[in-house]
Amino acid sequence: MSVKQISVFLENAAGELASFTDVLSKHDIDMRALSIAETRDFGILRIIVNDPDKTAEILKEEGYVFSITPVIAVAVSDEPGSLVHILHVLGENNINLEYTYAFITRRKEGAYLVFRVEDTDKAIAILAGNKIPMISQEEVYTL
Amino acid sequence: MTHYYQPEIECASREQITAWQNERLVKTVHHVYKNVPYYRKLMEEKGVTPDDIKSVADLHKLPFLTKADLRDAYPYGLLAVPLRDAVRIQSTSGTTGKRVVAFYTQHDIDLWDDCCARAIMAAGGTKEDVVQVCYGYGLFTGGPGLNGGSHKVGSLTLPMSSGNTDRQIQFMCDLEATILCCTPSYAAYLAESIHERGVRDQIKLKAGIFGAEAWTEEMRHDIENKLGIKAYDIYGLTEISGPGVAFECEAQTGMHINEDHFIAEIIDPETGEVLPDGSKGELVFTSITKEAFPLLRYRTRDICVLTREKCSCGRTHVKMCKPMGRSDDMLIVKGVNVFPSQIETVLLNQGYEANYQIIVTRENNSDKLEVQVEMTPEMFSDTLSQISAKEEELVEALKVMLGIYAKVRLVAPKSITRSEGKAVRVIDQRKLY
Repeated sequence: MSVKQISVFLENAAGELASFTDVLSKHDIDMRALSIAETRDFGILRIIVNDPDKTAEILKEEGYVFSITPVIAVAVSDEPGSLVHILHVLGENNINLEYTYAFITRRKEGAYLVFRVEDTDKAIAILAGNKIPMISQEEVYTL
Repeated sequence: MTHYYQPEIECASREQITAWQNERLVKTVHHVYKNVPYYRKLMEEKGVTPDDIKSVADLHKLPFLTKADLRDAYPYGLLAVPLRDAVRIQSTSGTTGKRVVAFYTQHDIDLWDDCCARAIMAAGGTKEDVVQVCYGYGLFTGGPGLNGGSHKVGSLTLPMSSGNTDRQIQFMCDLEATILCCTPSYAAYLAESIHERGVRDQIKLKAGIFGAEAWTEEMRHDIENKLGIKAYDIYGLTEISGPGVAFECEAQTGMHINEDHFIAEIIDPETGEVLPDGSKGELVFTSITKEAFPLLRYRTRDICVLTREKCSCGRTHVKMCKPMGRSDDMLIVKGVNVFPSQIETVLLNQGYEANYQIIVTRENNSDKLEVQVEMTPEMFSDTLSQISAKEEELVEALKVMLGIYAKVRLVAPKSITRSEGKAVRVIDQRKLY
C-alpha cells in the first residue's frame, strides 16, 4: 500500500528548482505532490509523480542524485479532527514521523497526507487495522 | 636605541659568520652521516661523503631533503641522537595522514629559545616587559618558542595560548602587557575586539611579534594603527626548529636569518639549481647547530628573496623578504599548515570520491576554510537528519586531520569543474602575497 516518492538533491541556489521542473515537463512527467526540506546550502526535493519509474530513468540520465523512498499516502476527509485521529493512532503505536506533507487533487474530494516513517510495513498494518484509507501506487496514476 | 640579545653574534662580521658556518656545517654533516642511516643512504645515492664537504661552498653537493623524506622517515628515522638525549617533540602537518615530528635535545631548545629571544629584543623587548604569548601551546611551535624566548630575555611571560579573547583582553589590560605574540590575523581580531569593548585606553602594548601565516603591509599598518604598536614579522618552521629562524628588526625591511644556526639558500624550484642572492626562488635551510634533528638542505617550499644589503639596525645576518608564495600546494589557514592531500585522504577514508574543491577566504581578518564535496547517491538520503549526520562525521574527521574547523558544503554532482590534466583543487580568495 506504499507509494513511491522521489527525493532529489538540489543546491540551494537561484534557478535550481526551475531547471529541475523543466526536465520533468520536457518528458511529460506530472507532479502530484511536492515538498522541499532546505538547509542553507542545499535542499531535498520530495515529489510524488504519475510515473516514478520513468522519472527515475530521466533523472539518472540527467545526472541528478536522487532516491526512491516508500511513503504512505493517507486520504483524509476535509473536516476538523480527521487528521488528529490518524496522528493519535500512529502516536499510540509508537510510530515516529520522519516528515509529512499534504496535497489535494482536483478529481477527488478531500486531501492526502504523505507520511514518511521508519517502518513502513508496520505503519501500513496499523493504519489498515484502524480502517484508515490509504492510496496505492496504481491509484496515484489516476489522481 | 637598538637592543640585541647576543650582539657579538647578531652583529658579527661576515668573515666570522662564514667561519662559524663552515665549521658547524662540516660537523653537522659528519654527525648525520654517522648517526642517521637515512642520511647516509641519501648521500651515498648522490655519491657524496662527509669528506667532500669542507665549507659552505660545498653545500650544493649535498642532496635536498623534502617533506616527503620526513614522512618516509617517520617517526624516528631522522632522529640523530639516542632517544635518552632527546627531551621534546613538536609537530606540524604532513602532506597526508602522517604528521611531521621534530625532535629536540635540551641544548636544541636552548638555542631555539635564544633565536626567539633575539626576535623579542629586536622588537624592543627587555626584562621590564610583559610578553603575552597567544600562539597555541602544545605540538605547535609558536607558543613554546616565544615562551622560551621571553624567559631568556627575562620578561614576564603570560602563557595564554590561543583563543578565549575575553580572557586575553582582560589579562592584557590588568597585567599591562607590553608585547603581544600571536598570528597577525588574531592580532587584527584582538585589535577589533579591543575597540568594540572600548578598552583601547587601557592597553599598554608597544610592540607585537606576528608570524606563522602570510600577511600584507596593509594588514601591518592596520594592526599598528589600531593598537598603537609597532608590528614585527617572525618566520620559522617546525622542521627547522620553529619561530625565530628569522625575525624582523626595527627597520622592518625583511627578516634577519639567524645565520649562526641556519644556512639559507635560494634555489630554482624546478631545477634545484642554486640562485645568486637577490634572485627570487625557493628558500632552503640547513640547520648547523642542532643535535637531535639536524636537516640538511631542507626545501621549505616558500618562495622568497634574500638580501645582504647593510641593515640600519646594525645586524649583519642576511635578510629574507616575507614569503611571496609557495612552490607546492600547501595552504596556511589560521596559522595552520593545510595540504589538499590531507583533505583528499579524509574524503577517501570516509567513502567519498575525490571530487572536491577547497575555498579559502578571509572575512574580518579571520580565515575560513570550506570544502566543497559533490553529493553522491551513497551519501544521499531523503531525510535531512541522515545527511546532516554524515556531514558532521566528515567535519569531525577533517578536524582530526587538519586541527582546524572546515565547513563542508555539499554541492550537486558534476558541479565541480573538471579541468584537463591537473584539477583546480584550491581557490584561495585571500590576497596574501
